[in-house]
Amino acid sequence: MIVPTGILLAVVIGYPVVSAVIMSFQKDAGLDKATGLFVAGGFAGLANYSHWFLQQCTTAAGTGPCPPGNIGAVFWESIGNTLFFTVVTVILETVIGVWMAIIMNRNFRGRALVRAAILVPWAIPTAVTAKLWYFIFDYNGILNHVLGTNIIWTAGEWSSRFAIVIADTWKTTPFMALLILAGLQLIPEEVYEAASMDGASTVQRFFRITLPLVRPALMVAVLFRVLDALRMYDLPAILTGGGGGTGNATTTLSILVVQQIRQGFNSASALSTITFLLVFLVAFVFVRFFGANVVQTQAAQQKGELK
Amino acid sequence: MSVAVDRPRSAARGASSDRTETKVRVRRHRGPKTRTAIQAVVIAIWCLLPFYWMIVTAFRDVGFTFSTDPWPSHVTLDNFRTAFSTELGNHLGRALLNSLFIGVVVTAVGLLVGTTAAYALARLDFKGKSVIAGAILAASMFPGVALITPLFQLFTNLGWIGEYQALILPSISFVLPLTVYTLTSFFREMPWDLEEAARIDGCTRVQAFRRIILPLAAPAVFTTAILAFISSWNEYLISSQLSSDVTQPVTVAIAGFQGSVPHQEPYTAIMAAGTIVTIPLVILVLIFQRRIVAGLTAGGVKG
Repeated sequence: MIVPTGILLAVVIGYPVVSAVIMSFQKDAGLDKATGLFVAGGFAGLANYSHWFLQQCTTAAGTGPCPPGNIGAVFWESIGNTLFFTVVTVILETVIGVWMAIIMNRNFRGRALVRAAILVPWAIPTAVTAKLWYFIFDYNGILNHVLGTNIIWTAGEWSSRFAIVIADTWKTTPFMALLILAGLQLIPEEVYEAASMDGASTVQRFFRITLPLVRPALMVAVLFRVLDALRMYDLPAILTGGGGGTGNATTTLSILVVQQIRQGFNSASALSTITFLLVFLVAFVFVRFFGANVVQTQAAQQKGELK
Repeated sequence: MSVAVDRPRSAARGASSDRTETKVRVRRHRGPKTRTAIQAVVIAIWCLLPFYWMIVTAFRDVGFTFSTDPWPSHVTLDNFRTAFSTELGNHLGRALLNSLFIGVVVTAVGLLVGTTAAYALARLDFKGKSVIAGAILAASMFPGVALITPLFQLFTNLGWIGEYQALILPSISFVLPLTVYTLTSFFREMPWDLEEAARIDGCTRVQAFRRIILPLAAPAVFTTAILAFISSWNEYLISSQLSSDVTQPVTVAIAGFQGSVPHQEPYTAIMAAGTIVTIPLVILVLIFQRRIVAGLTAGGVKG
């Protein structure tokens, strides 16, 4: 029964990944100077990878530093941007998400309304979110008006980065909050009552009870968000076009791959393979060292161990 | 006072009488309660304000695009007309149909294939089960860009660029892990004893599944369908590279919206288009709120 899923995933994910890895070791097809014929590139060794890591380009004259304007030079900047977005958005989303979840876990009138409200940003497609915030961030837009500032949000170096952080935090914090809320609801109220009777303060209760007990749910939520942030494309692509500052302040790895596709499939394959390895490395680190074991969490919850 | 009414797990916690007393005692202090209410209002405003601004702008006259009036002044429906007019090279109407078509096909295939896989993962014991479960989970964490280069080349060779199948096939790969995981965790909680009883009474495995489990699973399958459809409706990366003017979905259409004045963002028309694209989704989400939260947390926290 698992076979159809297996076949479909193999065709749509397995095949592309294997062929991306193969392509990443090949030269781009081009004209052979000696014969004037269009030939397939052949084996390239690590040339496509050194293009990114060392900014070494292969030209007719051989291998040397890439000419100015080559997008290979954007590699380290885009790695930096991607990691910056990942770290900053995930920290913000975790902190705000925990806060939202704690509030929503309390009983108050209109609780259902707040829970409905936080689903709204989640339900809006990212492309629409990006356009909406593009409008809000316009120089003449409402944000500058409310803040009384004249910030060029989508073009400055750091302002464009923070524009993306703000829009992403708005869009995805609700998802975080929902996952954390689900974890909070598994904590029996008796634990809090016992702690209150023993004289634990609100802060103590948060750090000694809430945080450790909600940790499995929290780690899974953080892992999901980190992996989403590492592959971020829609939001920066539409909101800033990857631009800002001197032109690449918001270029993420995914945006760089798409830009490179137009210039050569095989270098793009090398870059997408790098992105994919980075994502898996981070996932591995999370599962191995931070205990975000998704499968185990699932199994444990099934057995009722986490309740 | 409405207490713990909409709390899904409150029943599981039980309600001992002395705890109710504690609760009442705590609630006499008005301070913390007011603070909670204020924070709740802040959360609601933070979530809804940008969305509200989109709707208000959608109804504004173009001349008042940057109006800071919090109410919809100079109301007009022109923006909706502009959004649907094809004269400027926008294809919103067509794009809506495309997204709907792609979403339905992706959801249908994802559910059909995903349900069987989820059933197998939840119910059957076989060799390599955890490896397969892990592989499907890993697939859901896959960066879309890792697929796009080879797919671009493959679809170029097949002549599929700009065709619907070039958008549907990759989208299925994103939706499938989601459906498998959400359904697996739903299936685990089903009363399988009933199915076994039916089999003892002489039903075959397939019959028992069809007659007992499938009707019970219908709400879970429906929830998964909504999640799958929303996921497909949101897809942008692959579509932005592999679609043509004719097949582009709404996300791509909105990102590339043209105005009547060159090089000027037609904000009001974009906000109108954004409203059209978003409102059905928001209504759907609000109606099935409880189920969607259950589905999200089933696929997220548990798997």
